[in-house]
Amino acid sequence: MRAIAEGLFTQDDPPKLIGGRDRQSGRIVFPCPPGDQFEPCPLARQGRLWSWTIQRYRPKSPPYAGPAAFRPWALGYVELPGQTIVETRLADIDFGDIAIGMDLELTLVALDPDAAEPVLTHAFRPVGAAR
Amino acid sequence: MSDVCIVGIGIHPFGRTEGRSGLDQGVFAVRQALADAGVEWRDVQFAYGASEEAGNPDTMVERLGLTGLQFINVRNGCAAGGSALFSAQTAIRSGQFDLGLAVGFDKHPRGAFNPMPADYNLPDWYGEAGYMITTQFFAAKITRYMHEYGISPTGLGRVAEKAFRNGTHAPHAWRREPVPLDVIMDAPLVSDPYTKYMFCSPAEGGVALLLASERKARELGRPLIRLKAATMRTRPPGSFEVFAPSIDCARGGSATNIASAAAFDIAGIGPEDIDLAQLQDTEAGAEIMHIAENGFCRDGEQEAWLAEGRTEIGGALPVNTDGGCLACGEPIGASGLRQVYENVVQLRGDGGARQVPGDPKTAYSHVYGAPGVSAVTIMER
Repeated sequence: MRAIAEGLFTQDDPPKLIGGRDRQSGRIVFPCPPGDQFEPCPLARQGRLWSWTIQRYRPKSPPYAGPAAFRPWALGYVELPGQTIVETRLADIDFGDIAIGMDLELTLVALDPDAAEPVLTHAFRPVGAAR
Repeated sequence: MSDVCIVGIGIHPFGRTEGRSGLDQGVFAVRQALADAGVEWRDVQFAYGASEEAGNPDTMVERLGLTGLQFINVRNGCAAGGSALFSAQTAIRSGQFDLGLAVGFDKHPRGAFNPMPADYNLPDWYGEAGYMITTQFFAAKITRYMHEYGISPTGLGRVAEKAFRNGTHAPHAWRREPVPLDVIMDAPLVSDPYTKYMFCSPAEGGVALLLASERKARELGRPLIRLKAATMRTRPPGSFEVFAPSIDCARGGSATNIASAAAFDIAGIGPEDIDLAQLQDTEAGAEIMHIAENGFCRDGEQEAWLAEGRTEIGGALPVNTDGGCLACGEPIGASGLRQVYENVVQLRGDGGARQVPGDPKTAYSHVYGAPGVSAVTIMER
């Protein structure tokens, strides 16, 4: 399966998100912006949930490229200590179990698992959750 | 420096008006404002016009008259109307003009706004993966805020309940039926913790404001509604904004914080001096957070404020007296100017069943939008 875009996460197993570090201020952002101001830097694989919500209606296409059949999904912001707070899907968790402060780790999920050529996008799941 | 006064106001009802373009809703509002001020279109020396999706505002000269006036189009997200007003008051304050127009209108398709990543300097994957959704941001922001400051879901519901109740008394509002609190709370979730009644909808509408120098206002003989301050600001470091793939661990303030502080500084008064406020309420939690971001209370005090009814029309600080965005909907170009329209109505004492009691003398307005812009006004009678 291919990534939804180049340069978002490393090819390692397990993968890491690729952030950008401001060469002057040291500020870290995600994703790494194009140009010379930021240099790519791997981000921590684990962090804590900073906030969250559930997407309960199908976004308009374009730009949304997910499956035509809609199922609600969880998303949120995960704080990677000392680095940045990244926006991400949440995977392998019941909506009722989501809580700010919970420990999460990076995983990759298919945007549309039933597509002929699924694309992978980043998500965080409870640490140690089974696939 | 002499004050800038608002001498004429006009509004086309918000909501959905089949068969009438956004531009024509703007023209409707302008004609009403001209009549209100007792002036002719040929007397208007300049205009700033705001529209996000309903075409170039300056094309309204075809309808209103080819007088050759200076007409500048403004496109600045949700702050477009506020930006038009800021520009108009600056033109008069400069001494170059005596009478000018700030006008805003819009007509959005049904359903949620559908912005494209490239318009916000974001990569395509961000939209493909389903993140170009304003409601996600609003929900994530209030979820964090509720966690930090103890705001309850019922607090969110109370804001929506008040909005629809106030809207019943505003002829320009879209939603004019009260909605009971339990219906609001039990409605389907759109983006947790928000139910469908807690979000405003993109809509249609037009608002026109005629601004004049104090000298011109006295000549027209209208009540002097003074625009004491109009500010527009962009985001500071560490803010949390719409369409943010990442945010800084070191948390900072907001565009609203600095637009508000600047407006109070210019007006020479403080939050305690304000008699009523229109605060951006694209969703119920926004009103709650914006009460604090604009300096009217400390973070977390809103829960008690709501329980005590302090933001009701008869309360200590009435907020969104015409039902705000929740009851009026949000035509982007017109929305910020609607707040100022409503404040002029209130300061003139023309609010009817929604009139703030006690002869209010000061009024405040605030808009917020992507990707971190805010516009504030303070008015005095």
